[in-house]
Amino acid sequence: MLLVLLLLPMCWAVEVKRPRGVSLTNHHFYDESKPFTCLDGSASVPFDQVNDDYCDCKDGSDEPGTAACPNGSFHCTNTGYKPLYISSRWVNDGVCDCCDGTDEYNSGIVCENTCKEKGRKERETLQQMAEVTREGFRLKKILIEDWKRAREEKQKKLTELQAGKKSLEDQVELLRTLKEEAEKPEKEAKDQHRKLWEEQLAASKAQREQELATSAFQELDDDMDGAVSVAELQTHPELDTDGDGALSEGEAQTLLGGDTQTDAASFSDRIWAAIRDKYRSEVLPTDLPSPPAPALTEPREEQPPVPSQPAEEEDEEEEETEEEEGGEEGEEEDSQVPGEQPKETPPPVVPPQTASPTEEDKMPPYDEQTQAFINAAQEARNKFEEAERSLKDVEESIRNLEQEISFDFGPNGEFAYLYSQCYELTTNDTWGSWAGPDHDKFSAMKYEQGTGCWQGPNRSTTVRLLCGKETVVTSTTEPSRCEYLMELMTPAACPEPPPEPPASGNHDEL
Amino acid sequence: MDAAEKEEISVEDEAVDKNIFKDCSKIAFYRRQKQRLSKKSTYRALLDSVTEGKESTRFQIINEAAKVPLLAEVYGIEGNIFRLKINEETPLKPRYEVPDVLTSKPSTVRLISCSGDTGGLVLANGKGDLKCHITANPFKIDLVSEEEVVMSINSLGQLYFEQLQIPPKQRATKENEEDTSDDTTQENQEELGLWEEKFRNFVDVKDNGPASIGLDFSLHGFEHVYGIPQHAESHQLKNTSDGDAYRLYNLDVYGYKIHDKMGIYGSVPYLLAHKLGRTLGIFWLNASETLVEINTSGDTEPAVKDALTQTGPVAVKQKVRSQTDVHWMSESGIIDVFLLTGPTPSDVFKQYSYLTGTQAMPPLFSLGYHQCRWNYEDEHDVKAVDAGFDEHDIPYDVMWLDIEHTEGKRYFTWDKKRFPNPKRMQELLRSKKRKLVVISDPHIKIDPDYLVYAKAKEQGFFVRNHEGGDFEGVCWPGLSSYLDFTSPKVREWYSSLFAFSVYQGSTDILHIWNDMNEPSVFRGPELTMQKNAIHHGNWEHRELHNIYGFYQQMATAEGLIQRSKGKERPFVLTRSFFAGSQRYGAVWTGDNTAKWSYLKISIPMLLTLSVTGISFCGADVGGFIGNPKAELLVRWYQAGAYQPFFRGHATKNTKRREPWLFGEEHTRLIQEAIRERYTLLPYWYSLFYSAHVASQPVMRPLWVEFPDEVETFGVEDEYMLGSALLVHPVTEPKATVVDVFLPGSSEVWYDSKTFAHWEGACTVKIPVALDTIPVFQRGGSVVPIKTTIGRSTGCMTDSPYGLWVALSTKGSAVGEFYLDDGHSFQYLHQKQFLHRKFSFASGVLINSCADKRGHYPSKCVVEQILVLGLKKQPSSVTSHSPDGKAQPVAFTYCAKTSTLNLEKFSLNIGADWKVQIQ
Repeated sequence: MLLVLLLLPMCWAVEVKRPRGVSLTNHHFYDESKPFTCLDGSASVPFDQVNDDYCDCKDGSDEPGTAACPNGSFHCTNTGYKPLYISSRWVNDGVCDCCDGTDEYNSGIVCENTCKEKGRKERETLQQMAEVTREGFRLKKILIEDWKRAREEKQKKLTELQAGKKSLEDQVELLRTLKEEAEKPEKEAKDQHRKLWEEQLAASKAQREQELATSAFQELDDDMDGAVSVAELQTHPELDTDGDGALSEGEAQTLLGGDTQTDAASFSDRIWAAIRDKYRSEVLPTDLPSPPAPALTEPREEQPPVPSQPAEEEDEEEEETEEEEGGEEGEEEDSQVPGEQPKETPPPVVPPQTASPTEEDKMPPYDEQTQAFINAAQEARNKFEEAERSLKDVEESIRNLEQEISFDFGPNGEFAYLYSQCYELTTNDTWGSWAGPDHDKFSAMKYEQGTGCWQGPNRSTTVRLLCGKETVVTSTTEPSRCEYLMELMTPAACPEPPPEPPASGNHDEL
Repeated sequence: MDAAEKEEISVEDEAVDKNIFKDCSKIAFYRRQKQRLSKKSTYRALLDSVTEGKESTRFQIINEAAKVPLLAEVYGIEGNIFRLKINEETPLKPRYEVPDVLTSKPSTVRLISCSGDTGGLVLANGKGDLKCHITANPFKIDLVSEEEVVMSINSLGQLYFEQLQIPPKQRATKENEEDTSDDTTQENQEELGLWEEKFRNFVDVKDNGPASIGLDFSLHGFEHVYGIPQHAESHQLKNTSDGDAYRLYNLDVYGYKIHDKMGIYGSVPYLLAHKLGRTLGIFWLNASETLVEINTSGDTEPAVKDALTQTGPVAVKQKVRSQTDVHWMSESGIIDVFLLTGPTPSDVFKQYSYLTGTQAMPPLFSLGYHQCRWNYEDEHDVKAVDAGFDEHDIPYDVMWLDIEHTEGKRYFTWDKKRFPNPKRMQELLRSKKRKLVVISDPHIKIDPDYLVYAKAKEQGFFVRNHEGGDFEGVCWPGLSSYLDFTSPKVREWYSSLFAFSVYQGSTDILHIWNDMNEPSVFRGPELTMQKNAIHHGNWEHRELHNIYGFYQQMATAEGLIQRSKGKERPFVLTRSFFAGSQRYGAVWTGDNTAKWSYLKISIPMLLTLSVTGISFCGADVGGFIGNPKAELLVRWYQAGAYQPFFRGHATKNTKRREPWLFGEEHTRLIQEAIRERYTLLPYWYSLFYSAHVASQPVMRPLWVEFPDEVETFGVEDEYMLGSALLVHPVTEPKATVVDVFLPGSSEVWYDSKTFAHWEGACTVKIPVALDTIPVFQRGGSVVPIKTTIGRSTGCMTDSPYGLWVALSTKGSAVGEFYLDDGHSFQYLHQKQFLHRKFSFASGVLINSCADKRGHYPSKCVVEQILVLGLKKQPSSVTSHSPDGKAQPVAFTYCAKTSTLNLEKFSLNIGADWKVQIQ
């Protein structure tokens, strides 16, 4: 009963007489008993000049039903569908713009009235949309709840982590102190050990020199008189100092420090040092190798084995990039003996030695006491580093959680579930911002600074969010080069549906 | 600022690499002619050999170098045209003579010959007002019109003709004894490029050897020459003495350099010369690579003058004060040149179109606005762009689809993913009376599963390579073969591919665009086909290179006509063209750039095309390459709206630029510019009819309309549309004022918006805002317009007309109006057209019939008449309809602008009526 009452006035309204192209709301401006005043007030004309196919008003309001004015509007009632304003220039242009066909009343073409059909379709669509929206909104509420819960959990976890972080920090500090304490005796013991060894080395070197001097003296002392004379020295022309290839008497004498001879003690003290580098022994075919400066190689502490380097991954990558370059590179690679170290292997930890040190050059192993100190310090170091790593992990987790919690997941966090999800997004763009219009900024997302385009900008993507029951990408297009547009259906974009409309069987206006 | 610089740079990056293309020094036949001519071996005519055939007068010419004489033929042709042909009398094998360009065999008129005073020969036309004076030694022809020598041929002795020879290898075996005087050193051989020519990595092996030709023309008293498109150069041809010659060689030059004489997409070997009292044309019918040197001298030496008077029997009446020498050189073929003697610009246009045909009458829709982009992505995109025009109330007629619409650049197919239902898409456009244009290029993807390829392959329809196999080159689809459009059979077959039953997904609103038809061959020498590729009839590509694109457009247009069973007018846009291409559709200026300088150069480029017969021409609005700023885009729309072919286009890597993407204000400005185009549609259509039937260009340089005013001869920043509208597009950024030259001392000009008027022969400073398009109506003209704008031309069929009547200083005006169904050939076969004449004199405007043969009923009325320059307020205005009824007409008069506006007028446009103003 109520329905009928509601509908009746509308039926009358449709019957209201008004000039062609005038909407119901405007009909009172068109009173045939009075001259017509343009809606913008610019002019007033006799009423019979309304819709006389000549434009009198600047705003086109005197010709709503003809194409005479360039800027007029024609109103179609479109009973059964939505009323519509079209440009009055489209009146009688041979194109059916209004579904009721009223815009083509004199163009010779017949427009079918499609309003009923369109209305039916529209209603179906609206119903479907309403259904989707309802369901989507229900899911959205779940998403919001999920996020609320997840957020709380994350918050809790965060608080825990933050608390844990404090104690971890303390622990790290403590372990640092312990480590430093353990390292002190270790250093002292090691220094002591090294010092001893260096002294020992020096002594043995001096002794060796002494031995050499003595044997040289004996060699030189041809007459075995316990002294080396100028003449005896002259048998060794290699000691020549002025470069003429012979050792003159004067030169020899100079070498002997101005004396004509020298005894064994002063030879080894004063003269040997000056001639040892040139002196060629008569016994040995080549001169005695000057002992290399002892390399200070320390005994290794827990030397990790040099890891064998398969490095296959790197190799593959290289091959790919080099493929295009072709021939030469390939050949080079082919010439490599399999099993040889690949080019990119880091230098071995042990530096190559030109002469291997003799046994005595090696520092003797630490004594038990020192090794004990070292072991203790190492243990302290390991513990400290481990604690420091855990602290870093915790800090990282805290940062991630903070970022996620503070991220703008929409007004109620409904978009949180999309975080770190991938929906066919392969352009490597990074999150930019929400990009919807001001009143609806969560209706689109902007991703920017993707990989560069050949002769174009960096790739960027705008994702338009549409209400849907599921989360799916419905379309991807490239409206401008390297600027992509995606449509993503998601319940998170569903608005709150209006309250259930009362069932209305006969309602056909939209 | 940073962004702006970046933009500039990115555009620079894409600018053409000139090293890819030859300059003159890299062209062997040019070097040969220059070298030989410096040695001067003059030709003499053997006038005792003169024979008079039915059509021509023949005689032999010879020089010392030539062992055998050449045969020269002089023809008189209807409409005051002379034709000179020079060929070998018995060449080793036939030399190429360009077929299919001349509309039919031109009717010859008998020339009357008599001996000259000094032993020369004089050939005169029937009336005796035009004569050719042929001097025997040195060989020279003077063209004499009414006792004035207007042109001399070979007066500089640049006649050059390489006679075909037996290749040196064969010669060696055949004539062992032959002396080696002709032999050249290896180095010299390379320099002369007789049998082989290198460029970059390419070697052109010439089986026929050297065959180049050349000839000079001295134009007496002429300083202004025009024509020989296509170059991105000024309208008036420049002196080439200190640089490269104008090159005519059709090439795909992406982002061509401007103010350069390099050859680009098309060639019309036709030059016009103009001086006070005389316009001439030289049509050099040759389709091989051609170079044109221009040398204008202000004052010729008296000695030359004397020589002229001595050799010619005629006294030179007019003092020869200046001269332009034009030197044509072609790589092969024969000398076949038409001398168009004018004397007016209009006469020359008629003479040229008598030879090569007039502009095809375009379907009305093609004069609307075209929306193109490489590429509209898919059906949905097309729908959205189409809706965008309606949403922003911007009229447009044609949606365009570039190469991406096809399945892997296989023309005649559709990408099934993007365009699953092409017919549905076309129905959407049809519902708004709009059209679709899709691309069809001459390269055919090599793919045995592609039907077009398979069929063409099977029937041997491709151009062949030097070795005899199908020519293969790389283009958009990858490796492709090229259809040999020079073969009538191939053209016939290609035409048949456009039949609705064959071209799946096509409907009658689909029209065609031929691109890349220079032909473009990526990785080929100069990005085109090797010159020794072989065409139908065993002709080498070098012989006919410049005409390849012409043939494709011909076959396409024919195909569209055939699919409608001969009823509908086709629309075909081509990038490459030749003399005569006007018969088949429209031409555009190729890959231009979004810069102000390219907007500016579009005007002279289009003027040059227009005077060489191609009226339906345009430049891509906005610039194809790069991203125009809003101001440039707006100015380009404003210019494009007043140029014949009006299409917005953009390359692939540019930002979207549909008219509504630059903010409300710019959208409005673009909308306004496009609407002005639609307002003037009746005028445009009438101008095209005049181009079609009377050979008059639509877009005209000022000198064409004002041939007696020297100041107009070099103007190229403004032009006339027909004889009524002068347009001066704004082509400078941030312009606030433009200097507009209004020619004609007895003229009066009216600003088309403000109705302000100026007397002619002055330059006025016109203030311009961003919405100003400086357009002026010439006093004495009537321009028909549409008073309401629909969303496409098709939606405006029944909308009323208006008339802009601009009075001359004498208070009169005339104008014409043409109307037909806008799409069919009925205007031609059934004379279904309306051709009206409007004339205003002594206060009376008369609408009368201009062509009684035509009948076309129209229910359209004239509803508004605007009379500009009416000095006195009328007391009454009365209309007299055909039945004799007199009716008072409401009017408003504005004394300030001297403008009378007749309102509420409603008389049929096709009826005889008059309006009396008292």
